[in-house]
Amino acid sequence: MALSPAEWTAVLLSLKVAAVATLATLPLAYAAAYALARGRFPGRWLLDVAVHLPLVLPPVVTGYLLLIAFGREGALGAALDAIGLSVMFRWTGAAIAAGVMALPLMVRAMRLSIEAVDRRLEEAARTLGHGPRATFLKVTLPLSLPGILAGAVLGFAKALGEFGATITFVSSIPGETQTLPLAIYGLLQTPGGEDAVVRLALVAVALSVGALLLSEWLTRRAARRLA
Amino acid sequence: MTVADTRIEVAVEKRLGETRVAASFVAERGVTALFGPSGIGKTSILDMVAGLSRPDAGRIAVDGEIWFDAATGADLPPEARRVGYVFQDRRLFPHLDVRANLLFGRHRADAAAFDRVVALLGLERLLDRWPRRLSGGEAQRVAIGRALLSEPKLLLLDEPLSHLDRPRAAEILDLVARLRDELALPILYVTHEPAEIERLAARRIDL
Repeated sequence: MALSPAEWTAVLLSLKVAAVATLATLPLAYAAAYALARGRFPGRWLLDVAVHLPLVLPPVVTGYLLLIAFGREGALGAALDAIGLSVMFRWTGAAIAAGVMALPLMVRAMRLSIEAVDRRLEEAARTLGHGPRATFLKVTLPLSLPGILAGAVLGFAKALGEFGATITFVSSIPGETQTLPLAIYGLLQTPGGEDAVVRLALVAVALSVGALLLSEWLTRRAARRLA
Repeated sequence: MTVADTRIEVAVEKRLGETRVAASFVAERGVTALFGPSGIGKTSILDMVAGLSRPDAGRIAVDGEIWFDAATGADLPPEARRVGYVFQDRRLFPHLDVRANLLFGRHRADAAAFDRVVALLGLERLLDRWPRRLSGGEAQRVAIGRALLSEPKLLLLDEPLSHLDRPRAAEILDLVARLRDELALPILYVTHEPAEIERLAARRIDL
């Protein structure tokens, strides 16, 4: 039941891609969640739609859009090219695809917890001498921590399982962009790959269940603490 | 905490839905009670003094410093007003223990003042507890302590005896009387109970 070196490579690559995707998306997702929960500005609905788009679009379309944006002709691709960077067919590209796909789930979890923060506590902080920024850091942010954690774990699980956008955007290169789901798919196309498929599928199940349980546990713990 | 006597001039009005809230009074050292039935807007007046709610018209000045003036558009934000607001619903921070709640104010009192307030309010045994583990009376004492330790120029107490049983209420009332005697702070005290006003020998402002 031991994993082969190639299988280990896929598993570790998956963990790296998902971790980087989650951490890089976290601040962005929180900012979007905060704007959606609290902001009253024109174009708010547009932000709402943009954030949710990866959730409802076919992943292959999301991958295609990333391909256009980050290709040499694309605005983001040209900018990265100018500083000598490319994410095309690199693991960083896989992390971008995973992060984009994880974004809506992360924003939803965070938005709910920001909306649940009692604004009267923020008022109390203001009367105690703290300006809006300090009030955010000392009250709003810590009180929305359960949602940040839940969103991060959910996003991580989603990033770990991402398939369609990744394979469209950065293809499936062993050791570079071939994450766990891509490796499983590849093996399914290969005669005699069944045993490896079973092993990797079990790893995928274990990681996903683990992430869900962790998310549940973190949420409960935080809810108990803040009750 | 030993500031010179403070003088607060309040003349505000604000329309809230169908009701018109209005008050005009001067508060100095001692207890000034805002008296009237529920729903007349007593809490709104405290909110306006604290800067949490903006009056439609009027003026709020403390020792000649303008906190709000509709005529000039002056409006100090709450964090610049130095009020110690004890909310009716207490609003202790659930993610912080009692000690951290007490020390939350930006203008923090020194260690000696901290010990004095803790002793005055009998909070020694509560310092490491979490707000959710406090009884109503304990939470109220912590809320008062938090307000006092932010070095305020005046104290706002919004029906501090509500949600408390009789013995607890009597205890808090005694406490307010001690604050009145031991601190030079003016206290604005919202209530609908004439007995409390009598007990505190408060100046009564009818709304």
